[in-house]
Amino acid sequence: MVKQISVFLENKCGRLVKVTQVLGKHNINIRALTIADTSDFGILRIIVDQPEKAHQVLKEEGFIASETEVIAIEVSDDPGGLAGILSYLEEADVNIEYLYSFVEKPAQDALILMRLEDNEKGVEALKKNNVKIIEGERIYSL
Amino acid sequence: MQNLEKNDYLSADEIKEIQDEKLKDLFYHVYHYSPYYRPILDEQDITPENFNGISQLEKLPFTTKENLRECYPYQMAAVSMDEIVRIHASSGTTGKPVVMGYTENDLEEWSLAVARLCSMAGVTAGDIAQISFGYGLFTGGFGLHYGLEKLGAAVVPFSSGNTERQLQLMEDFQTTILVSTPSFALYMAEAARENGIDPANYYLRLGLFGGEPCSDTMREEIEKQWQIKATVNYGLTEVIGPGVSGECLEKQGLHLLEDCFLAEIVDPQTGETLPDGETGELVLTPLIKKGFPVLRYRTGDITRIMPETCNCGRTLRRMDYITGRTDDMLIVKGVNVFPSQIEEVLDEFKEVSPHYQLIVHRQKSFIKDLEIQVELTPEGFSDSFREMESLENRIRQRLRSSLSLSPKLKLMNPKTLERTTGKSRRIIEQEGDE
Repeated sequence: MVKQISVFLENKCGRLVKVTQVLGKHNINIRALTIADTSDFGILRIIVDQPEKAHQVLKEEGFIASETEVIAIEVSDDPGGLAGILSYLEEADVNIEYLYSFVEKPAQDALILMRLEDNEKGVEALKKNNVKIIEGERIYSL
Repeated sequence: MQNLEKNDYLSADEIKEIQDEKLKDLFYHVYHYSPYYRPILDEQDITPENFNGISQLEKLPFTTKENLRECYPYQMAAVSMDEIVRIHASSGTTGKPVVMGYTENDLEEWSLAVARLCSMAGVTAGDIAQISFGYGLFTGGFGLHYGLEKLGAAVVPFSSGNTERQLQLMEDFQTTILVSTPSFALYMAEAARENGIDPANYYLRLGLFGGEPCSDTMREEIEKQWQIKATVNYGLTEVIGPGVSGECLEKQGLHLLEDCFLAEIVDPQTGETLPDGETGELVLTPLIKKGFPVLRYRTGDITRIMPETCNCGRTLRRMDYITGRTDDMLIVKGVNVFPSQIEEVLDEFKEVSPHYQLIVHRQKSFIKDLEIQVELTPEGFSDSFREMESLENRIRQRLRSSLSLSPKLKLMNPKTLERTTGKSRRIIEQEGDE
């Protein structure tokens, strides 16, 4: 599993800048990021090289942040690559809360990060189908 | 000792007859002796010859706090200052204080009113009552003091402060009644616990509270901590002091001493009288004082008259708990909104903090929209979008049902809203279109 930091963003100019500045100041590197938002507020989800430290410094700077475990998998960069994997989850009846992707450098396969309603059950289903689950340490040190 | 309850069970007609007689008497006095009211009454052509009493109450002029301030210090007097035996004043946090002088008879009537309310709240002559209100210019201390004495209770005039000593005397004197603000009662309970004494072990059996609003949770906590019955009473210096209304042991609203005070509920905007049951501004006319008489005082307190008869059997009508102040009222799309209503709703959610701000969008002089900004707490945050939206929706729904209005709601980062102390309003005005 990969530790993801989720940050509450109120809908106000400069909040995202502030988050990235705080992380930069503490030498924390962002590996991947996604934002979900409405007109009122947003949730920023980030993967960083030092999740505990990031959580700590964001809290100290007055942000509301939490740690969430997400699953990282490698998907071959071919048409239908993702579809195949998602079908395993469907078969196992595991809902996806959200997912986002990023590409390793130099670009080979795509990396998918996802949060499932039932992470454990999902991992089991993926492993059974020989999908490669990537450990947190590898993502942090990319 | 007089029978303190004799006027608590009168029929509506009997009450009205007393009110009518007392109002005519008051009017005669005011017309002839009040340098403040005489010109106003003459201008409106209301004279003892054409004033018919209670049925024409609405013709009498209102009196505002500002009017009373302008009369600083003695212009409200309607007797010679020789006859005044006591002077009280309201706190002058903004502008000049309001000064009230009392004749000997005023004090007698006032004490009797307070005694009746104390009796209603369960106090008897055998009680020992410790008064932890500040004495001095404030009417709370002296008002309760003389009322309790009149009732026959033994009064311990402690005044405020020195918690350790208060607790010591409560134990040594076997005090049975505590008179204080509700927050001080809670503070004392905590202090007792810190000394290793369970507050329930004191002799206290009743608490009479006033001077500040007392929420249901506060009352429950006080009753649980001290193992007492806690009642609240209401009054204000501008009218007389404590003694206007108070709870009986049913604790379902405050019985108004209707034979001593005329209570009306008016629309805060138009001043029109509202029927029983409707919420508006409380207007009071004390019928029992002649020194510094006051007609139809606009209290600024928002409440309603409860038309139903109380389970205790007293016929004195009750007023509901104060839900707000007219100074804080906002009219949004024709709906009256009080910040206190919003506070109450936000209080129900542990996911948001008590810190909030109201953004008022004005178009010309009308409030077009209301936005409530409230700080999210770390417990309220979820990585799940669905849960966050459901939180917003739950708060919105509660606001809608409580305010009859759908304000905008905006969740904020902690510590982003300005911290205000005391009663300062947390309202930000925005002109024109967004």
